[in-house]
Amino acid sequence: MTVILGQTFTGISIGAVLLLIALGLSLTFGQMNVINMAHGEFIMAGAYTTYVLQKSISGAGISLLVALPVAFIVSGALGALLEWLLIRRLYLRPLDTLLVTWGVSLMLQQLARDIFGAPNVQTRAPDWLTGNVTLIGGADPLTVANSRLFILGLAVAAVVALTLTLRLTPLGRRIRAVVQNRDLAEVSGISTARVDRTAFFLGSGLAGIAGVALTLVGPIGPTMGTNVIIDAFLVIVVGGIGQLKGTVIVAFVLGVLQSVLEYSTTLSVAKVLVLVAIVAFLQWRPQGLYTLRTRSLV
Amino acid sequence: MTLLHGRARTWAGFAGAAVLLFALAPLALTDFRLGLLAKYLCTAMVAVGICLAWGRGGLLTLGQGLFFGLGGYAMAMHLKIADAGPGNLPDFMQLYGTATELPWWWRPFANPAFALAATVLLPMAVAALLGSFIFRRRVKGAYFAILSQALAAAFAIWLIGQQATTGGTNGLTDIQGFFGYDLDDPVNQRTVYFVIAAALLLLIALARQLIHSRYGELLVAVRDSEERVRFLGYDPAKVKLVAYVVAAGMAGLAGALFVPAVGIISPAMIGIVPSIEFVIGAAVGGRASLVGAVLGAIGVAWAKTALSEEFPAAWTYFQGLLFIVALAFLPGGLASLGGVLRRRRDRQRKAAVVAVGEAA
Repeated sequence: MTVILGQTFTGISIGAVLLLIALGLSLTFGQMNVINMAHGEFIMAGAYTTYVLQKSISGAGISLLVALPVAFIVSGALGALLEWLLIRRLYLRPLDTLLVTWGVSLMLQQLARDIFGAPNVQTRAPDWLTGNVTLIGGADPLTVANSRLFILGLAVAAVVALTLTLRLTPLGRRIRAVVQNRDLAEVSGISTARVDRTAFFLGSGLAGIAGVALTLVGPIGPTMGTNVIIDAFLVIVVGGIGQLKGTVIVAFVLGVLQSVLEYSTTLSVAKVLVLVAIVAFLQWRPQGLYTLRTRSLV
Repeated sequence: MTLLHGRARTWAGFAGAAVLLFALAPLALTDFRLGLLAKYLCTAMVAVGICLAWGRGGLLTLGQGLFFGLGGYAMAMHLKIADAGPGNLPDFMQLYGTATELPWWWRPFANPAFALAATVLLPMAVAALLGSFIFRRRVKGAYFAILSQALAAAFAIWLIGQQATTGGTNGLTDIQGFFGYDLDDPVNQRTVYFVIAAALLLLIALARQLIHSRYGELLVAVRDSEERVRFLGYDPAKVKLVAYVVAAGMAGLAGALFVPAVGIISPAMIGIVPSIEFVIGAAVGGRASLVGAVLGAIGVAWAKTALSEEFPAAWTYFQGLLFIVALAFLPGGLASLGGVLRRRRDRQRKAAVVAVGEAA
């Protein structure tokens, strides 16, 4: 029983990481239909920001908290710059955007290698995140690492913040308007170009937050973005574009599925099985779990 | 502007390419450089398929590494079994594994005819299965690209995980013989090069026939307006499936011939990064043009060797820049450069004429 619960919780914490990574994508890919392969490198930028801050601010506990807003701004600024330089010229050619941003991601990886060196670096987790919490006591205890709980909390907070921003703020209203009908939004006096850039800033900034979270569970390296980006895109594809709830549900379902399959088989077989499940799922719902219904044929 | 037209030009192109590949290159290049050229030509074979599927059909296949790998591993498995000799296990299995006999799914590859057929038919069968699932449900565009990329990544991860039977991260290495011929002998290496060059020309001819057939027209129509094609009574899913399967077969053959040319196949050659590198060559040269895609693939592969030998870091920046410039600013690739420049010149000339007219 504890094994099942333990695997489920491992799955939930994998799901929380996936969710944090995919959340920014759900804004840039899901809402704006831009496939940004450099998203993984924005995550990397967030992680390296944490590393640099920890080097300059000695207290590990404070530096992690400082890193959250700083990484948001660093990655967000990178994203806004990328949007302004390249992506805005390519809104009509989504597949070309994919390859162009892949080129950007290659260059950013090499930049990280030149600045920080090819080997992975590590941050020290703050003291208040090193312990465990015992969820079920007794002879067969179920313990959960504090850092995992922190990531789960961070993911939930990010989802809530993004949802509230999209639902309640004037900016969110403009983003939704542009997503639903770009031309109508434009004739209503919304500067769609500015909305695009702001949405891209937000989505990329969320990648920075994800990068901060990833420093708690793994090493920081130039290729850390590439390792997670495909999984994150799959979350969006299966969850359906344009809706946050699909992303949230699918991130946790895939996390649990991965964890349970990994427990009963091996890591590599689990990856393949999850992919088979995704292809099978797309047979049933080719547009993903939730999708915005439109009258468009394509 | 052009001296020859239509069919004559095509024949002249083929004859020129044949002279270049079969006469000039072996004479001019050292054995080492010829071996490298053989490797580049394999990349070009994959690019022919990508030109068909992506350039003509609009299917951005970011997972050609999957099919390249299937072909390569099918060939390498046979060659490993042949190297080991009857009754013996391939060397790496004795090293990592506890198995005393070949796994069941290795056994058919002991038969050379089966292995040769499998290098092409296995990728095609896998592509047909995946494609029929994916296209029938109208998964397309970016969704298809990401899914195909994930498939290549999953295949590489699976191979790494099964170290005892696939060689894991190392792959299948140190292949000595090729159907009884010793691959260390430069004469045999040269023969492998000729086989590869012939196969490339064959694939180009096949793709050219397809592109200029009724099917080729239909494929472009599906790329440009899938719904209209559907309303005209065709099934776009089938049209796309054919292009995907043919491209997979070409990638499989390329992988199979890559193995004797290089002597190794490993997961590092078929994962996400190499899969995208297959696409970049076609993109730089011109995705919709066969000549552009092939020359682009050879050129990019050559540039990679030349630059990464000297400055590995600079090569990565250059490669990234190549992606950005080629796709953002010259989507037709270098093959379209002539047309773009000509149009610009015509525009300028027209503007000049108008300016003169206004002045008068």
